[in-house]
Amino acid sequence: MKPALATSDPRDEIITCLPQMRAFALSLTRNPSAADDLVQDTIVKAWKNFDRFEDGTNLQAWLFTILRNTFYSDLRKTKRERDGTELQLSEVSFGDPSQQDHIAVMDFEKALGMLPTEQREALVLVGASGLTYEDAARTCGVAIGTIKSRINRARARLSELLGYDEVHRQQER
Amino acid sequence: MTRRPKKPQAERDIDENLRRVYQRVVEEEVPDRFTHLLEQLRQQEQDQDPEPEA
Repeated sequence: MKPALATSDPRDEIITCLPQMRAFALSLTRNPSAADDLVQDTIVKAWKNFDRFEDGTNLQAWLFTILRNTFYSDLRKTKRERDGTELQLSEVSFGDPSQQDHIAVMDFEKALGMLPTEQREALVLVGASGLTYEDAARTCGVAIGTIKSRINRARARLSELLGYDEVHRQQER
Repeated sequence: MTRRPKKPQAERDIDENLRRVYQRVVEEEVPDRFTHLLEQLRQQEQDQDPEPEA
């Protein structure tokens, strides 16, 4: 039953979240066309399950949750089909692992792509999309402390990959 | 010297780069396929569950 007093459809707000959804999707997939396919699937799921959205909560965070779950369930499915094993989230990254250790300074986006996805998403959610730690934790289905520690590890790894620590030590001399 | 504790430089560089990369996509125009999709979803629903116009 729809409330008689509803004058506007809260689903109209989905459109305002699309730019953010595309940016978050790209940070997960690292591939523009896969990112937009992911956004498309997310819109369809959100629309059909909109009765599960709680009024007054953060719509962007709710949409991010669906987007993220869709991303990981697609990955799991692909992995099962490909080699019959289950996905470990900490393994998921898109860089070439053999390249990781001897490149001192590289492009930021490339370095970002080398992080395990669970670290990258935590960093992006809090550092770029503007979600609170609490909303980011809810989006990823983990504790706030887990989000914080993933962000710390992500920063440390990026500093290392980008050679930031070295650069700044030299500047301070 | 009394300086406010600041974020380490490396952390500030990372945050700045991160926002730059993300913001570039946020500022792109949203492709039409998404607005069309939302229109389509609404249309499908109205076809299944017609409501009298107010």
